[in-house]
Amino acid sequence: MEFPVSDTFQLDGKPVVFETGQTVMQAALAAGHYIPHLCYHPEFKPHGSCKLCTVKVNGRTAASCTMPAEAGLEVESDIDELNALRRTLVQMLFAEGNHFCPSCEKSGNCVLQALGYDLEVHSAGFRHQFPDRPLDASHPDILLDFNRCILCELCVNASAEVDGKHVFALAGRGNSKHLIVNAESGLLKDTNIALTDKAMSVCPVGVIIKKGVGFSTPIGERRYDQRPISQQALDDAPRPPSGEAHD
Amino acid sequence: MVHEAVSPSQRLLEPKDLSFLQQVIGLYGNDPTKLLQILREVQEHLGFIPNPAVSFIAETLNIPRNRIESVASFYSFLHLKSQGTYRVLFSDNITDRMLGSQALMERMCQQLWLQPGKVSEDGLVSIGTTSCTGMCDQGPAMLVNERAITKLTHQRIQEIGQLIRNRTPLSDWPADFFQVEDNIQRAGLLLGNTLTYGETLQAGIALGGAAIVEEVKRSGLRGRGGAGYPTGLKWEACRNAQGKEHYVVCNADEGEPGTFKDRVLLTRQADLVFEGMTLCALAVGAKKGFLYLRGEYRYLLDHLLGVLQRRRDSDLLGHDILGIKGFDFDIEIHLGAGAYICGEESALIESLEGERGVPRNRPPFPVTHGYLQQPTALDNVETFCQAAMAIHMGADKYSAIGTAKSTGSKLISVSGDCPRPGIYEYQFGVSVQEILNDCGAVNTRAVQISGPSGICIGEHEFSRKLGFEDLPTAGAFMVFDDSRDMFEVARNFVHFFAHESCGFCTPCRVGTSMLKQTMDKIAAGQGTHYDLAEVENLDHVLQTTSHCGLGRTACNPVLHTLKHFRPAYESRLKSLSFKPAFDLDGALARARQMTGRDDAGAHLKENE
Ligand SMILES: Cc1cc2nc3c(=O)[nH]c(=O)nc-3n(C[C@H](O)[C@H](O)[C@H](O)COP(=O)(O)O)c2cc1C
Ligand code: SF4
Ligand code: SF4
Ligand code: FES
Ligand code: FES
Repeated sequence: MEFPVSDTFQLDGKPVVFETGQTVMQAALAAGHYIPHLCYHPEFKPHGSCKLCTVKVNGRTAASCTMPAEAGLEVESDIDELNALRRTLVQMLFAEGNHFCPSCEKSGNCVLQALGYDLEVHSAGFRHQFPDRPLDASHPDILLDFNRCILCELCVNASAEVDGKHVFALAGRGNSKHLIVNAESGLLKDTNIALTDKAMSVCPVGVIIKKGVGFSTPIGERRYDQRPISQQALDDAPRPPSGEAHD
Repeated sequence: MVHEAVSPSQRLLEPKDLSFLQQVIGLYGNDPTKLLQILREVQEHLGFIPNPAVSFIAETLNIPRNRIESVASFYSFLHLKSQGTYRVLFSDNITDRMLGSQALMERMCQQLWLQPGKVSEDGLVSIGTTSCTGMCDQGPAMLVNERAITKLTHQRIQEIGQLIRNRTPLSDWPADFFQVEDNIQRAGLLLGNTLTYGETLQAGIALGGAAIVEEVKRSGLRGRGGAGYPTGLKWEACRNAQGKEHYVVCNADEGEPGTFKDRVLLTRQADLVFEGMTLCALAVGAKKGFLYLRGEYRYLLDHLLGVLQRRRDSDLLGHDILGIKGFDFDIEIHLGAGAYICGEESALIESLEGERGVPRNRPPFPVTHGYLQQPTALDNVETFCQAAMAIHMGADKYSAIGTAKSTGSKLISVSGDCPRPGIYEYQFGVSVQEILNDCGAVNTRAVQISGPSGICIGEHEFSRKLGFEDLPTAGAFMVFDDSRDMFEVARNFVHFFAHESCGFCTPCRVGTSMLKQTMDKIAAGQGTHYDLAEVENLDHVLQTTSHCGLGRTACNPVLHTLKHFRPAYESRLKSLSFKPAFDLDGALARARQMTGRDDAGAHLKENE
């Protein structure tokens, strides 16, 4: 591949070549280096909200998915201090929602859960908030289980940018922030969502669920059952924009 | 008023409402970037934004309706459900509480048979709390339908309750309720200026854009909004940035609790504010400016619009300003709607564009990619005034004032335990003790400098000096005497941050609300040393991974008070080191309330 302008920065002591315009995360993944991430998806503009991808750049912390790569940066990622922070962030996300993995259809395909395993999050860490977030089961083919939403906005962007529909949006502020759909009734059945929408396949956790196919791939044979996310993510990284979706 | 049979979000639109909606949307040029302004007008006119209005606005602006709900639900003063014909919000800063606001609120709730946060059954009134309204020198304060009322007393509360019961329109309430004093206690070069309109602008025109930038750089002026960035460098970067258009934005969001100096500047020195903005326009090459006024200062809008119009009439705004061909500049006022985060510069710009006030990913910074992604010079109200003063006095004279790294003067908003709260203008380098002497404070235990996100200092530090070298400040100066419980001060600030977190990033959204729960747990006598350790853990995560300054500073109040006043925490702790957060007896509180029981049998025995 021809790079227009390329240069290098250091990631955990190893040189990483990057193109102008790439972020630290994009360059690292393309070069085969994994940095943990959750809200970042290679096909979409970085959101920068989960903060799991936090690295140290020349000694200061920054989100690597939004940090523009620059020549000569000294980036640290796989160090105890940062992995401890990431563990805390994962614990926070688990405590914020209602995540009962054993009964969740997404178990094994869930990025949050996979990160939990990979970062060795062994305990809850924080008291759970047990928010009251009723399901939306109004649609004949699709279930929305808001209990698991991590507010990454991927479905919002996928629906707007790829599907051209704006089915999803985020509402509220602070810890009452939540996902809403585009209907006067507030119900998914009154939106124009379709099973073939990109928005159906981007959720990293188990919010947007196709009804009826539930456990067709048995637990144990799922995406992150086979290989840890740190390896899986590298395969996904340099995909062209029309590449295959997560499922 | 239609409040009866219909569900709270379903108020039907009458023909006159529809024509009002059409008119407002038309007034804003059917422009979706004016969505927040449109919603604010609808809120003001209809008392809330009913569901059919959401649909109507969505169709007219040709935007998805969930974008409207998404924006409206971000701002505290916009409601998608009716909150009553009268919406009463008590300012809930610690200084309001110190002046007795909680008792007043309780009294009013009793008087009107209401529970806080609930709308009365007849749809008449709701009572709740809001973050500091910027009336700290004349509290306790409240907002009724977003209009500020100051100096609350039991009698005033009684009268307000009567007016509400009688359904007296707000416009017929006694004018002195809405009186806001300036309380200028000490004037300096800024507040004491004797400039006439247009004087500094003439000086600026004589210099020209490039020389204005040089002059402001040489003056050593640094931003007065908190971060203290050198103003000249910012203007220079904006001037040099490529773009279709350049913009000037004045940050009048003034949301940091305990800060009210911008309120006084906008009241007394509006011309100087606009003149500073116009000088900046000349310096960076902007044709358009915005002043982002916090919703709490809605009462200043007519006054400010009047000043703008007078300046247009005097050739100080508009086309060919002061006869200079091609020097075009005008200023538009945008109102906020109750969101502290919109004081953060990139969140403010999002809000100006009619979006949720969520801070952007930076870089790029506003000087290159600001309003509509164009180069934007964004500064605090006081900064624009100081820049005008620097141009007027000349850089040499200006930089001789203050200290080496903090030139010029600073407006300090003094509130709390002292007989003379108000605005004090000092040269940088003034000591905390000097200010305490001037405002008459005695037996002072602590001073909170620069608001909850700033720093809390104890008695042994009162010789420290205000300035970027030692104690940087955006202006808040809250005084606490030895009768105050510094734990409760910190707890109030922690509640503030949790309420105002925009919710974008994990650490702040979850961390501030966990911190709040921990402080409440300690306050309830359920805390342990384990909880104090958890605070330190939360602090580390918030400081290192938060997206913006709100999250990064949210733990400061607890850390600072823990450092100086640890016994205030420890006296509340249980002796054991771990106590589960789940309080079984507490969980039964709701059942007790529902059954009206509070006898011993309705409580669980404490078993540890
Ligand atoms: C959470 C938060 C709230 C802020 N609120 C205000 C504010 O109310 N007024 C203000 O001028 N600056 C505020 N700032 C600082 C602005 O981001 C920005 O630095 C400032 O307006 C720049 O102007 P200056 O250089 O003149 O100080 C806030 C920053 C943060 C992080
Ligand atoms: S539903 Fe899924 S994709 Fe959408 S915001 Fe929530 S977690 Fe993200
Ligand atoms: S730190 Fe808080 S206020 Fe700032 S972006 Fe994150 S959630 Fe929003
Ligand atoms: S992956 Fe970077 S913030 Fe979420
Ligand atoms: S308004 Fe009451 S303290 Fe600020």
